[in-house]
Amino acid sequence: MNRQAQAVVLLLLGGAVLRASVTDLYLRYVKEGLRPFLIAAGLLLVVAAIMTLWYELRPARPDAPDPGDVPDPGVAAGHGPDGDDGPGHGHHEPRVGWLLILPVLGLLLVAPPALGSYAAEQTGTALSAPRQSDYPPLPDGDPAPVTVLDYAARALFDRGTSIGDRRVLLTGFIATGADNEPILARMVLSCCAADGRPVKLGLTGDVPAGLPNDSWVEVIGRYSDRIGRDPVNDAEIPYLEVESWRQVPVPTRQYD
Amino acid sequence: MSADTDAASVGGPEDRTAGGVGLATSGASRPEPPGEGPRWRLGDRIGSVEVLAGLLILLVVFREPLAAALDTPRVQTWTTVFVSIMVQAVPFLIFGVLLSAVIAVFVPRSFWARALPRHPALAVPAASAAGVVLPGCECGSVPIAGSLIRRGVTPAAALAFLLAAPAVNPIVLTATAVAFPNNPEMVLARGLASLVVAMVMGWLWLRLGRTDWIRMPRRPELDDASRGRAFWGAVRHDVTHAGGFLVLGAMAAACINVLVPQRWLQTLADNAWLSILALALLAVLLSLCSEADAFVAASLSQFSLTSRLVFLVVGPMVDLKLIAMQAGVFGRRFALRFAPTTFAVALLVAAGVGAVLL
Repeated sequence: MNRQAQAVVLLLLGGAVLRASVTDLYLRYVKEGLRPFLIAAGLLLVVAAIMTLWYELRPARPDAPDPGDVPDPGVAAGHGPDGDDGPGHGHHEPRVGWLLILPVLGLLLVAPPALGSYAAEQTGTALSAPRQSDYPPLPDGDPAPVTVLDYAARALFDRGTSIGDRRVLLTGFIATGADNEPILARMVLSCCAADGRPVKLGLTGDVPAGLPNDSWVEVIGRYSDRIGRDPVNDAEIPYLEVESWRQVPVPTRQYD
Repeated sequence: MSADTDAASVGGPEDRTAGGVGLATSGASRPEPPGEGPRWRLGDRIGSVEVLAGLLILLVVFREPLAAALDTPRVQTWTTVFVSIMVQAVPFLIFGVLLSAVIAVFVPRSFWARALPRHPALAVPAASAAGVVLPGCECGSVPIAGSLIRRGVTPAAALAFLLAAPAVNPIVLTATAVAFPNNPEMVLARGLASLVVAMVMGWLWLRLGRTDWIRMPRRPELDDASRGRAFWGAVRHDVTHAGGFLVLGAMAAACINVLVPQRWLQTLADNAWLSILALALLAVLLSLCSEADAFVAASLSQFSLTSRLVFLVVGPMVDLKLIAMQAGVFGRRFALRFAPTTFAVALLVAAGVGAVLL
């Protein structure tokens, strides 16, 4: 890969990162806080590409009028003899750089969806140790809006005390749990989707039926003291007594 | 359907081997260096830019069938994990590369002679401690360590910095504290164990290391008379080079993420010794960013605290993407010796520190 091709790849990568970070695409892969760094990195990549092209296309040597592949052997001839790593390396330009087309392709052409039911079914529920010992009262409102993670923690480690008989409103996607029952799940990220783990809730009462996996639903329900087991990691899965549900469009922030 | 991606991921490591050989040994071992720009066989007119343009046109034309091929859940999850590792790592890679280009071009050699203790054995702990002030993860520290060696820093100190910086900086230690709210001693244990491993590896290098294991590729652009030209040349080279190896590592990590069933982990967790070994290997395979691994370790609650400490100490020092990047920056002969030794030392030290502190 010569320097001009490298510049093009850097430009594409920078452009892809910029596009993902100025739209909401990046939220499928990383946390919101990374956005300014992504924008800065994308801009720097574009600048690096432009500077590379500028230095390449500017006539630097009178004996290298064609700015195509010619500069590489030129450099090799100029600097090869004093090399400290043997012959044949003076002209070396990283061939592995071709691989950088793959993330560009992934971001610009494929743009894979956020982790969904497949990942949730493969991975054990993330709530396996208490994070905090006391739970503040639920937010105001009836039903009270809570996250799947919050409900699951209160249901498991607080045994529902801080929920009481309040109605709660949760948003998550449908996945298949033990015994092919539908469960409500939401992925939790700590850094990027590579460490994404699901929080799973079993459903009783008016269980959403006839929905394919990965459908997003808004569920209103009450605390249920029923506890299930995750077949993957044998951790406890709390249940929710569903009163009503409705299908909703995929939210922008799909991770908790 | 999934064959396409599988083929791509299988092809990856082979590409790397080829690339690694090209970097680490002389080109003479191969009779015919294939398709590098100037020696293009199909004719003098076709260079990398033309190949790239053709490739991109093909990709755009075949976008629909390509997207359809990626539509099975497993392949989709693989793609998501791969893209997200890249998106997460790119800012750290870029900032690490910029810093390393500054070191390579603007910081004079005499600075390092003054900044580090003259005796190499003392430079090792100094360089390890310097890692504390560099907030970043391991993707950025590989090119920085490469630059340090280029600028005359003794390899032992640069390698100690390479190992310590991703694990002991404030961001990573804070993340560890947040991930283990009930075990604050985990932060101390992680910082301490990582520093000890970095220093042990530095001193080991002083005793046993041979400089001819490190084969840094020629960087003619760094000698350029124009500082701007040299700087941007270094940035371009490091991003394509380290970035390319990062892609390899991200592909490997995505494969592990999708292919290794979590049920296996459950069986391993029940045996104290097996669990330590299992989490050490898992850290290598998963290739998590050091800023994220604490949260994953916290979620592996079926494992003992000591084995999770091993996970946190090994991960930022040895993992698939790091091995790929180190092979690219320092040469394959180096990576083949350095990575397994670091793995063993990190495993032992972390288990020892865990036994005492946790």
